[in-house]
Amino acid sequence: MSARFAVGESVKVRAAFPPGHVRTPFFVRGKTGRVTEVLGPYRNPEELAYGRDGEPALPLYRVIFETAELWDDYRGAPKDTTVVDIYENWLEAP
Amino acid sequence: MAHDHDHEHGHDHSHQPHPFQPDLEETPLTHYQVMTQAVGDLLVEKGVFSAEELRAMVEAIDAKSQAAGARMVAHAWADPAFKARMLEDVNKAAEELDIDAGGIPIRAVENTEGVHNVIVCTLCSCYPRLLIGLPPDWYKSRSYRSRTVREPRQVLAEFGTTLPDDVEVRVHDSTADLRYMVLPARPAGTEGWDEEALAELVTRDCMIGVTLPKSPNA
Repeated sequence: MSARFAVGESVKVRAAFPPGHVRTPFFVRGKTGRVTEVLGPYRNPEELAYGRDGEPALPLYRVIFETAELWDDYRGAPKDTTVVDIYENWLEAP
Repeated sequence: MAHDHDHEHGHDHSHQPHPFQPDLEETPLTHYQVMTQAVGDLLVEKGVFSAEELRAMVEAIDAKSQAAGARMVAHAWADPAFKARMLEDVNKAAEELDIDAGGIPIRAVENTEGVHNVIVCTLCSCYPRLLIGLPPDWYKSRSYRSRTVREPRQVLAEFGTTLPDDVEVRVHDSTADLRYMVLPARPAGTEGWDEEALAELVTRDCMIGVTLPKSPNA
């Protein structure tokens, strides 16, 4: 399976709130970050959680965000960052 | 209530019940504890493995500590080529030291002068157990999981780790298929130390990223 996004590309996490087992944390939904690594295909956890085979596998990405962009009143330093592993079905072009 | 302690039956006042630690059996089992026990019993009954094998496996998992991770970090400090291989692929690098890091891919994230890394799993408690042992209770707490992404510098300060604003605090939320460990920076003042001595400085908490390695002067 070829990955849709490349290292360095900006990506936006879908602002979706589906029911069920989802491994995309709420605090990055709707936020824009940058791909730092394409980790390869991993079986879809949203399917695996219900005893299915998780196929087709999804490309998994490491996405880095500026922490101050994630929280309105972030009190840390402006250069602080947060890296989250996100499956491709949650990412779109910004 | 007045008591007449001269009276030989003066102990008729009601005693406050003494607080006691509940027995294990008095703590209700959760659904998954019951299921785990049932599946374990069934597998033993069916002869998939023996009770002794099951016991030994639990014992082996419980016995995991930070020692393997510390040995890898110390070797990485001593050998830059190994460090590069470890940053590339922790599981493979572990094999070089006869350490079994397991089948789940583990990444090491390196602390540098400008970046301090800290690991959290906001969704559950993912953790590289084979390299740094069982996670501490606080790692699994909702407070650590929610606050480390929300206010990492305050959380670090509570662990005694205060970082200047020109150091980037980089929080890694390991919510998916990989596990993460921090490769701390080698403390100054350890030039010429052998790996065994270096490994003594590498604590579990500094591989989670909530602290720095022990000071060589301590």
